[in-house]
Amino acid sequence: MITLTVDGRETQVEEGKTVLDAARQLGIEIPTLCHYDGIEPYTACRVCIVELIGQRGRRLAPSCGYLAEEGMVVETTTPEVLEARKLIVELLLARCPHVERVRELADELGIGEPRFTTENPDERCILCGLCVRVCEEVVGAGAISFNNRGADRVVTTPFGLPSEACIACGACAEVCPTGAIRVEGDSTVPHLELDLGPPKAIHKPFAQAVPNVPVIDLESCIHAKTGNCKFCDQFCGPDAINHDMEDQFEEVEVGSIILATGFEPFDGSKLVQYGYGRLPDVISGLDFEQMSNAGGQTNGRILLHDGRTPTSVGILHCIGSRDENANEYCSRVCCMYAMKFGHLVREKTDAQVYEFYIDMRAFGKGYEEFYKRCMSEEVTFIRGKAAEVTDVAETPEERGKLIVVAEDTLLGEVRRIPVDMVVLATGLVPRGDTANVGRTFGISRSKDGFFLEQHPKLAPISTASDGLFIAGACQGPKDIPDSVAQGAAAAGAALSLAGAGVFSLEPITCSIEETVCGGCKICVSVCPYDAITFDEEKKISAVTEALCKGCGSCAAACPSGAAAQRHYGDKHIYAEIAGALMEVTSGESVT
Amino acid sequence: MNEEYEPTIIGFLCRWCSYLGADLAGTSRMHYPANLIPIRVMCSGRVDPTFVMRALADGADGVLIAGCHPGDCHYQCGNYRAAGRYSLLCDMLEQFGVEKERVRLEWISAAEGEKFASVVTEMTNDIRRLGPLKWNGNGAKADSPALEE
Repeated sequence: MITLTVDGRETQVEEGKTVLDAARQLGIEIPTLCHYDGIEPYTACRVCIVELIGQRGRRLAPSCGYLAEEGMVVETTTPEVLEARKLIVELLLARCPHVERVRELADELGIGEPRFTTENPDERCILCGLCVRVCEEVVGAGAISFNNRGADRVVTTPFGLPSEACIACGACAEVCPTGAIRVEGDSTVPHLELDLGPPKAIHKPFAQAVPNVPVIDLESCIHAKTGNCKFCDQFCGPDAINHDMEDQFEEVEVGSIILATGFEPFDGSKLVQYGYGRLPDVISGLDFEQMSNAGGQTNGRILLHDGRTPTSVGILHCIGSRDENANEYCSRVCCMYAMKFGHLVREKTDAQVYEFYIDMRAFGKGYEEFYKRCMSEEVTFIRGKAAEVTDVAETPEERGKLIVVAEDTLLGEVRRIPVDMVVLATGLVPRGDTANVGRTFGISRSKDGFFLEQHPKLAPISTASDGLFIAGACQGPKDIPDSVAQGAAAAGAALSLAGAGVFSLEPITCSIEETVCGGCKICVSVCPYDAITFDEEKKISAVTEALCKGCGSCAAACPSGAAAQRHYGDKHIYAEIAGALMEVTSGESVT
Repeated sequence: MNEEYEPTIIGFLCRWCSYLGADLAGTSRMHYPANLIPIRVMCSGRVDPTFVMRALADGADGVLIAGCHPGDCHYQCGNYRAAGRYSLLCDMLEQFGVEKERVRLEWISAAEGEKFASVVTEMTNDIRRLGPLKWNGNGAKADSPALEE
């Protein structure tokens, strides 16, 4: 350990630490621009200048690059220091008059207008080289560097052309103290502040995530892209970051399976007439939820894309539901959540709320009461599905607004309602991978694409396969209470199988009559379960009953009639045919 | 063509898809002719071609074999076996002089109540147009008054 004195206070730092580190340890603020924790010091901006008093007398030196020495005495606020810093900042201000951080420093030091001439008022780069260092040291890309010398010095890519070495990680823009670098790129997100995608590679998925720990997004992690960086390692005290961790596939043997794969919200941009993705203040139900969430990016405030608070909001029901152009079914949850939105908008803002609905489906406990409450909160309900959302104004009061066009079926006329914001109450659709998941588990899907239950009334959680259950919105649109109920039912059904401890086989299996079997092996070739084995000694085939699922393929294929299916034997089916045709064969006409 | 003639069709329906499809047609209150008499089999792969021959010989005017869609068979590949047998069966029926509309193989999933109803309607209309099956040994049918034009 090294002992030194900063501004008259003694402190100890580890060997290799700088004077700046020592001062910060004492809580003494020294302004910096080109310094960034974890990146090698470069002493380019000189703003962190301090006075060192030692055997060699007093002298000025940048604190970020000067290693602490035993017995060193440092002064950070002597008149010499302030005078020197003032000149340095004044020069920087003359170069970059519009950089906020430099302006702040200048104000702190009492600098008004710089005495020096400004060559380019738009200049923001102070040539501190932090971006060059981060690109080289941390990212390992080396895509940018200093070009030219002296007064012509600039940070740029080779020949000023788009660099192939650049991986567009944005690290340079992130560290730049003056905001001289911006990452170019377009975003298709209608409400930029609602984009809850990872702002950085390391983030918590969302405020209530379980477990509530940060994760690394491999798509934006520089280490995952280049093998360099590992910048985060330097800051994690308990060394909790493991960059070598990989996805693991584990095989688990289970007796029953519950599929609860859920749904996807309907993509509002498929119905172009509502302008989702085209008009910035048309947002989907999920967007609204994210905005209204207190942990979201607007801290729960209802805002337009330009930051204003809306004075009127239109909420459009049945987007992607009850619509022959999208899905014919009713998504069940939208009426209630759309009303909740109306209630929230009324609670959080003074905006007028219009709900455009086909029918109000406030089913179940407490729902009708909520509908009445919303009406008493002066939410305007307009009975008629919105036909279009447009920003083409026809009258002066529509200018600058979104206009919802809808037929009011109670008034019998087409109305144009100007609003600031439109929320689409998007419906529920099956997940995009439902077909593949269904094929993997052997579950059929109903016409609308959701998983098909064994019986709509009597077996709503079972499927055609024993021990395979479905629960929640993967079976059809449903709200949270219904999903919970169905999930509990599926868990109970699965447990009842496990609790029994034994598994009862289908009574319908196949058998092969030894004395009739000719040993042709056709049955062996048609059996999908390898349940039939050929006895080389006896030259006959035999069924292993535990493997047989009773499809009867062998019984149909057997040329000698040795293979038979229990309960569905040839004689049973012949009797059924005869019975079915009894009226025909007895000469009576079928009517 | 006699307006009153009603064909009799035997339907071999797979227990997992087509039988449930027929069930769905019923619970959805769909309308389709009552000419099809369903016989439940565990799998369309269980349908021995002799079942079809026996049904036609016993007086049926048509036979429908219905199973799960390719790839959806509850027993992995029973419907492929059915498809293989069906093409051989068609060749044989042609030699017997049985019109190909009388015996149909259809893939009807448990969600396709509508398809079940439309297949039955279509088949009934086709066979009604063809008239009763003039099958040797189908004596009862040949003497049936319904045959009189």
